[in-house]
Amino acid sequence: MIITEPKPEEEIKGYLEGFNKIFIVGCGSCATKCETGGEEQVKAMAETLRSWGKDVTGWAVPEECCDYRFLRRDVIRPHKEALEAADAVLVMACGSGVQAVAEVTGKLVVPALNTVFIGVTERLRNFHERCRACGDCLLFYTGGICPVARCAKGLLNGPCGGQANGKCEATQWQTDCAWVLIYERLKEQGRLDLFLKPRLPKDWSAWSRPRERVWR
Amino acid sequence: MVAEKPVYSLFMKNLRAGRFVYTGEAEPHKTTDISDLIESFKALKGYVIAINVTDNPTAYAYISSLVASYLIQRETGIEAIYQVTCRDRNRLAITSDLLGAYALGIRNVLALTGDHPCVGDNPQAKPVFDLDSTTLLYLIRRMVDEGVDLAGNKIEHPPKFHVGIAANPNADPIEPELLKIERKVNLGAEFIQTQCVYDIEVAKAFLKEAERWKIPVLIGITPFKSVGMMKYMIQYVPGIKVPKEIQERIIEAKRRGGKQAVYEENIEIFTEMIKELKKTTRLAGCHMMAVGFEWIVPKIIERVEGGRPSYIEAL
Repeated sequence: MIITEPKPEEEIKGYLEGFNKIFIVGCGSCATKCETGGEEQVKAMAETLRSWGKDVTGWAVPEECCDYRFLRRDVIRPHKEALEAADAVLVMACGSGVQAVAEVTGKLVVPALNTVFIGVTERLRNFHERCRACGDCLLFYTGGICPVARCAKGLLNGPCGGQANGKCEATQWQTDCAWVLIYERLKEQGRLDLFLKPRLPKDWSAWSRPRERVWR
Repeated sequence: MVAEKPVYSLFMKNLRAGRFVYTGEAEPHKTTDISDLIESFKALKGYVIAINVTDNPTAYAYISSLVASYLIQRETGIEAIYQVTCRDRNRLAITSDLLGAYALGIRNVLALTGDHPCVGDNPQAKPVFDLDSTTLLYLIRRMVDEGVDLAGNKIEHPPKFHVGIAANPNADPIEPELLKIERKVNLGAEFIQTQCVYDIEVAKAFLKEAERWKIPVLIGITPFKSVGMMKYMIQYVPGIKVPKEIQERIIEAKRRGGKQAVYEENIEIFTEMIKELKKTTRLAGCHMMAVGFEWIVPKIIERVEGGRPSYIEAL
């Protein structure tokens, strides 16, 4: 899931200066699960905008904000007039969602959230980063624990000298050292030969931007 | 019969000959003038066989370790051990720095990962870590052994370095640290310099483990400049263990005779420790990290050796 968090209200207020008619788009997928762009948060945002003297022309929460098809079905078709009337569209979704709205509607868009990482949900409001989309998955070699995402330095051959008692110096000892976790996991599985084996320099060209996949 | 491995530096020549060696540590700061640092190391000539030159230690942006290594080596006549970290430069930058280092006469390199920028003086910096200490070591091995860079491109006049690695005998848990070292030894690391160790039992246990790697190990020795520095080390350096007895000796010395007595006590403590390790282990040498009070290094060495160490002075 893509984890998002709200931008400070003052920042959003600044972006909206000079725009009076606002349409709000949330997201029925990740941002709903994060409670940052679901129906409840969109309605609360509408109230906030009204308290700033804005005219909210309408709002919508598409099934997925990053999918052109859902944007057409859930936003453009049912809200054509309200959307057209708006000076700006405030998007409460991840960066992909914001851009998809801009691409599909052609409207001026304002981001309401910051996109922070690709993560897992441990429980409500508890998210942890797990993947950096590096383009060359090495989870087989590391016992299913990703050092690219979970080691503060993204090391392929840890642990480094910044671990003590299995905790990481770079997070002020708040998170586990990924490489100690990898060691423990591989040991448990009787696969320490994988730990001992050096992982050679990564081919970062798999990570070079911009990436797209168009399958036929 | 195995052909004798080539030797490119006095540091390695002495290690291979089984001489007990001492190395120093120079930490150049945020400055364009390191003449004071150079002066303080001139007094170590004959005592240390080489000087490590730190590369933006604890992620502070200082004068380049390459430039400082060159200047220190040229001005003191003592070989530099050029420290290279992976935090600030990608494989292109590191490759070109290594080529430059060899052109400037540098023959020893210590391959390090580097502290995270968040502990340094520019915490907003983007961390690089294109390589890590292991893949940096691999790069250097390929440059030296095969005359190519990481992508396999041929180098005209390839460099010849001896490459070492760091180790942390204080690491807890220690097992992943030991396996990591083994990984690097298998890749061709030629020597180990450790983080500072104060607990002689920790040092002995580590040296026992190290025997199977069959490469020389230099244990890190960091005397305490003051009681405050000792307390700082205990609180902030990951995993540092200072036995109660040593702590009490330093505190008692301060009470007894102030700063001077603390220095004297340091000389006592580390002389005893090094002598004991020389007697009971296969220790190859000591890496003396006395940043800011380098003058104490010859005093400890003289007490241990009963004079200057006997080094081979020519390649």
